[in-house]
Amino acid sequence: MATSEVTTTAAAKRSIFRSEAAQKLLAFAALIVIFAFFSIVSPYFLTRDNVMGILLATAVNGVLALGVTFVIITAGIDLSVGTVMTLSAMTTAVAITVWGLPIPLGILVGLFTGMLAGFVNGIIIARMSIPPFVATLGMMMIARGLALVIPAAIFGSVRPIYFSDAPAFTLITMGSIVGSVFPGFPIPNAVLILFVAALIAAFILSKTVLGRYTVAIGSNEEATRLSGVNVANWKTVVYALGGLFSGLAGVIIASRLNSAQPGLGAGYELDAIAAVVIGGTSLSGGEGTILGTLIGAFIISTLTNGLRILGVPQEWQMVITGFIVIMAVYLDILRRRAR
Amino acid sequence: MDNVLLLMEGIDKTFPGVRALDQAQFELRAGEVHALVGENGAGKSTLMKVLAGVYAKDAGRILYQGKEVEIPNPRAAQTLGISMIHQELNLMPHLTLAQNVFVGREPRQGLRFVLDEKQINAQTQALFDSMHLKLDPRTRVADLTVATQQMVEIAKALSFDSQILIMDEPTAALTEAEIEELFRTIRQLRDRGVGIVYISHRLEELKQIADRITVMRDGRYVGTEDAQAISIDRIISMMVGRTIFESAPEVPEHPDEEIVLEVKNLNRGSAVKDVSFKLRRGEILGFAGLMGAGRTEVARVVFGADALDSGEIYVHGKKVDIRHPRHAVRHGIGYLSEDRKRYGLALGMDVEANIVLASFHKFLGLLGVVNNGKTHATGKHYVEALTIKTPSLQQKVKNLSGGNQQKVVIGKWLTADTDVLIFDEPTRGIDVGAKSEIYHLLNELAQQGKSIIMISSELPEILRMSHRIIVMCEGRITGELTAAEATQERIMTYATQRRLLVAANGASQNDSAAQEV
Repeated sequence: MATSEVTTTAAAKRSIFRSEAAQKLLAFAALIVIFAFFSIVSPYFLTRDNVMGILLATAVNGVLALGVTFVIITAGIDLSVGTVMTLSAMTTAVAITVWGLPIPLGILVGLFTGMLAGFVNGIIIARMSIPPFVATLGMMMIARGLALVIPAAIFGSVRPIYFSDAPAFTLITMGSIVGSVFPGFPIPNAVLILFVAALIAAFILSKTVLGRYTVAIGSNEEATRLSGVNVANWKTVVYALGGLFSGLAGVIIASRLNSAQPGLGAGYELDAIAAVVIGGTSLSGGEGTILGTLIGAFIISTLTNGLRILGVPQEWQMVITGFIVIMAVYLDILRRRAR
Repeated sequence: MDNVLLLMEGIDKTFPGVRALDQAQFELRAGEVHALVGENGAGKSTLMKVLAGVYAKDAGRILYQGKEVEIPNPRAAQTLGISMIHQELNLMPHLTLAQNVFVGREPRQGLRFVLDEKQINAQTQALFDSMHLKLDPRTRVADLTVATQQMVEIAKALSFDSQILIMDEPTAALTEAEIEELFRTIRQLRDRGVGIVYISHRLEELKQIADRITVMRDGRYVGTEDAQAISIDRIISMMVGRTIFESAPEVPEHPDEEIVLEVKNLNRGSAVKDVSFKLRRGEILGFAGLMGAGRTEVARVVFGADALDSGEIYVHGKKVDIRHPRHAVRHGIGYLSEDRKRYGLALGMDVEANIVLASFHKFLGLLGVVNNGKTHATGKHYVEALTIKTPSLQQKVKNLSGGNQQKVVIGKWLTADTDVLIFDEPTRGIDVGAKSEIYHLLNELAQQGKSIIMISSELPEILRMSHRIIVMCEGRITGELTAAEATQERIMTYATQRRLLVAANGASQNDSAAQEV
């Protein structure tokens, strides 16, 4: 085919400007611009403590967003990640403070809780053919309810569970391994966990069978099925993976707050979805990167932090973040249309 | 011949309301190209999808290399060495060529769950080299032309070490040069002993590529012939040789001379090329052609659902600018989609609401309040006039039969005062009894002075209903017949008149343009 060569080179040229790389570059540039802007308008913004604060604030949302990235690449959605995170925090707290399990086992209980919730999501979606929006909306409410039921059943009232007997638990996120090696950089472990989790997620997405089928299902589910892939099973695995990341976020937030707060969690799923979308993952599936999601999560927490420093009321912070989400997706649509 | 690779016999397959396959049979030898032909809906694709494990058969048996086999899913078919290239391409646009070729059976590294991308690329490269394809395995599918994607599908099928390769309309989207390339590949495969099933509407292609031809009609086996010995006319008569209408055809009233709609030199991409026609008052103008001939595309452009590249539309002699369906409705043009459920009806709403939907403004009183008395009266009128069988006006449309749903759509457009009605496959999915009611209705409408364009892939329907027939092939009009001249054979001849033949008739300047699209 003489023509095909010409077509591919032309396509390659075209895609330099419209590829995922360009989208990531765009998101990254946006992050730099936001950073530069706040650095200029506020002398407090670019201090070490504040930057640490931004990094720390990104940890929970970032980890949630990693899981959501996989789900959205399959053209699905997961609304339950926020409350599943809370439920995982509760089970971790119960395991450590009520059952008296050692901390590592308590963490495993939290991770398992998240994965189980995600697995159930996957079964409902892939086997019962219930749309992801509805299935995970239901799971969001179930997890929220369970997070309230647990303390009520144990203590007779809905109240937070504190890790007063396990002071080491808080060090899991608030300690600094990096700081003990490089004394000048007391980067909290929570941030380290986020980056390690992101590396693992990126590896899964780009190098493993699971990642390949995640993209394939989102790109053309029917074609994937006709290629002999067990789509239902792999979808279930994807949601379970999303749940696992929620479980991890639950452990992180419990450790950071040194307590499990049963009422927390609703609304976190929207921040996570926003981070994923800002990072260039397409809600129609097939496209998305972990690096993009990470940048998206940083954009959100940097904005929130900077606006707070400028004294912008919280209500207005939300309004601005909302605009950013819409603009990011609109840019993505423009890019696609141009293709 | 003793090298029979595959034998399918007594295959039945029923879909809700349709008997798609009725004792169908098919035989394939190793090292032959066996063409499978038939009209739209004859069951060719269905039969082959049974073989490829996409559909489960209701009855019958499949003998593969002499042994009876069950093929419950695509994976099973691939394992046996049966691959199918579907009509709608089945690639993942976001993945690379190599990733597409190996999806579902990727080479792995040490740990079972890690992909060996190097192997995937290298093996794909080797595969492409063996097919003389100059393609980079790392290119994303989305960046390729349809023709190239087609070749990738073939490469993918071959990588399964396929003994049987099924191709469903492989040339539908290809240019002449690309078809030549495809044929070269097919012949190579045949010489290697692969059995190739070639489904196509393009009869003149078959002489070039096929060894044998099997004809299907209405889900049944008609016959198998030597491709070189049989004439195209004979194939056509085998394809259409049926008499479905026992009743005498309606006598077409002669339409008025007044021209209601005129289309001049309409163009849109490669789907609509230089289409011109006139529609008279009270006329039923049939649009015949094979699937993908561009008939629906013409209708959509005239209705303003798609933008035109160039061309002019005149309504009652006045040039009009139709850029949106609401402009078309304003000029009295209504379009009844072949996909009623998706484009024609609000399924969850009741009969009355659907009938008044396209002309809601007429039923609004002061402050935009809907005048329920008026909508009720109108709904009642059309339910009676069109004999829509519904327990009440408040019945949800989704609970009606196909025929009655179609009548509701007709009622909707009549309420909107349209006098040009474009029917796209008006009887698709409608049972035989209800069909004749729809035919009566169309005739009545024409006699009342409505002008009708009827797009249909069913030749008997076109022949029975039309005053005049326009035949399209590959986006252009290849023939026009009066009711008196028209026969199934003549229509099929025009409908399969491809670019080459048209070019010989002096339309070559358009041809070179088409190649570039």
